[in-house]
Amino acid sequence: MELSRLARKSDTEWWIPPAGKMRVPGVIFASEKLVREMDDKVYEQVSNVATLPGIVKASFGMPDAHWGYGFPIGGVAAFDPDQGGIISAGGVGFDVSCGVRTLLTGLTLDGIALSKKQLAHSLSRAIPAGVGSTGRLHLDDDEMTAMLRGGAQWAVHKGYGHLSDLDCIEERGRMTGAEPEHVSQQARKRMRDEVGTLGSGNHYLEVQCVTQIFDKNAAAAFGICENDVVVSIHCGSRGLGHQIGTEFLREMAEAAASYNIELPDRELACAPIRSPLGERYLGAMRAAINCALANRQVITHLTRQAFEEIFPDAELKLLYDVSHNTCKLESHRVDGHEADLFVHRKGATRAFGPQTTGLPSAYKTVGQPVLIGGTMGTASYILAGTLEGEQRAFSSACHGAGRSMSRHAATKHWSGRQLVDQLAQQGIIVKSPSMRGVAEEAPGAYKDVDAVVNATDEAQLAAKVAKLVPIIVVKG
Amino acid sequence: MKPGNLAASGARSWEHFAHMADLGVRGLGPSREAAFEEAALAMCAAVTDPALVRPEVLFEVDCDAREYEFLFVDWLNALISEMSARRMIFGKFEVRISNSHLHGRAWGEAADPARHHPAVEVKGATLTELKVFQKADGLWTAQCVVDV
Repeated sequence: MELSRLARKSDTEWWIPPAGKMRVPGVIFASEKLVREMDDKVYEQVSNVATLPGIVKASFGMPDAHWGYGFPIGGVAAFDPDQGGIISAGGVGFDVSCGVRTLLTGLTLDGIALSKKQLAHSLSRAIPAGVGSTGRLHLDDDEMTAMLRGGAQWAVHKGYGHLSDLDCIEERGRMTGAEPEHVSQQARKRMRDEVGTLGSGNHYLEVQCVTQIFDKNAAAAFGICENDVVVSIHCGSRGLGHQIGTEFLREMAEAAASYNIELPDRELACAPIRSPLGERYLGAMRAAINCALANRQVITHLTRQAFEEIFPDAELKLLYDVSHNTCKLESHRVDGHEADLFVHRKGATRAFGPQTTGLPSAYKTVGQPVLIGGTMGTASYILAGTLEGEQRAFSSACHGAGRSMSRHAATKHWSGRQLVDQLAQQGIIVKSPSMRGVAEEAPGAYKDVDAVVNATDEAQLAAKVAKLVPIIVVKG
Repeated sequence: MKPGNLAASGARSWEHFAHMADLGVRGLGPSREAAFEEAALAMCAAVTDPALVRPEVLFEVDCDAREYEFLFVDWLNALISEMSARRMIFGKFEVRISNSHLHGRAWGEAADPARHHPAVEVKGATLTELKVFQKADGLWTAQCVVDV
């Protein structure tokens, strides 16, 4: 991206002044190097989002922003229903509520060293992953409806996990306002056998080791120390979310004109929040959030079982669960007043600061854990939400490294087999049914996650707490 | 080959084009239908080598849309949805278009990780880079980015 097109506000804050039909400025949080490396499409997409009705304050790009469809991935925008605000299926994305959860194991790197291969094998057997994989559950229509209403709470009541898990999940594991009646039969059909499956692409389960603590106080509140072993799970609402995204994107693209919404890009397809279509999407999208929460909860249960085979005394405690692709009704201060806004975060993480209502009591003084995934060969990070984040970008942060190279180009650069062998030499065991899938997800095809997280920290979107490196990677 | 003769030659092909996070699929052919068929092949090639797919099971789909571009995206999304719901992989396609109606046929088999080594699931066909057009040489193009 050409820096001359931006107004520099600080080392990590860059503005796109309102021009043309933009109602608000665009704001990109990133270091100069990251901004230079960003695709021009990010500029275009951040600007386009700024033209949508009812947008409040600014259209934001996080440090990992890259070219998405309509909204950039790493895009955040809030809309006020009282000002004709919209809701956009493209602003949420296909993989609704794709997210990350991290489990503490109580084990250390030394403690698992001798059983690492065995654990990798056990996890790869226990967690269904890859194209065409099915879970252990088969949901009939009534059970599907119950899952779409109940989310992780449904899963826990079915025996998948502990009641205490729910304290450490956004919305306590159940998104209110879900309306399963607006989820199509085809979406249900796609999900019938997919609860408890990881999926493919950039989804993974990783066993990781804490290698560095940046904030001892927050790390203590989160219960993490150097050399601790943790497990991170990255996946979403599977076929159900994909189908909901597909159906509503299509419907909104055709309906926008009937609402007199002028779209600079068809992919910005949206409807007024207060319209029959907007409300139907909201109900279906919230059901998909519950689907993702249930999915990660069932995978958590399978992970605990796999650990139990090798480490019978290990207790896997949920640190936190964050969602990336959502639109949520939240209360934020704008121009000195509280406003109820619909905040779209597409490839961005909610990052509530200290004292936010609803945070688990243990995290109340340090802020919400913000879980940032890297790649199979690079670090992941745990951050904490900040007080400043509320004013910066409605308490939002980055979500991962973000791609720097297309999948197509990645397969030209790397061989999956060679990557697996190279990572093995670094002590990382990769289990995947697809070597091409591994090549497409090569660490080199992603941005430098350290740079993304440092920019997030410097911009005060969230503060670094701990660095994690992968030991075992299960991929679809 | 002189412009205008390419379509008459029956030349058809598919290709992928770059998109940072996802993947572009493009079908080229002497007719709109052929371009749609080739683009479907491009999409399935994102998952596996189409040559590895046995045409054992037939799936038929009907779509209606006022614009050919929406008809194209509906065609791909019908295939994606069926691949997901039935754990299928397709490798051969046939499309007929009459006004705003598309009738498509797809042949494939149950996904077999050991044989197909599927790389990614396709989540949905998007409206990004969505185009259906005929070039001066007569060749039709149908393309869009698919979310993977």
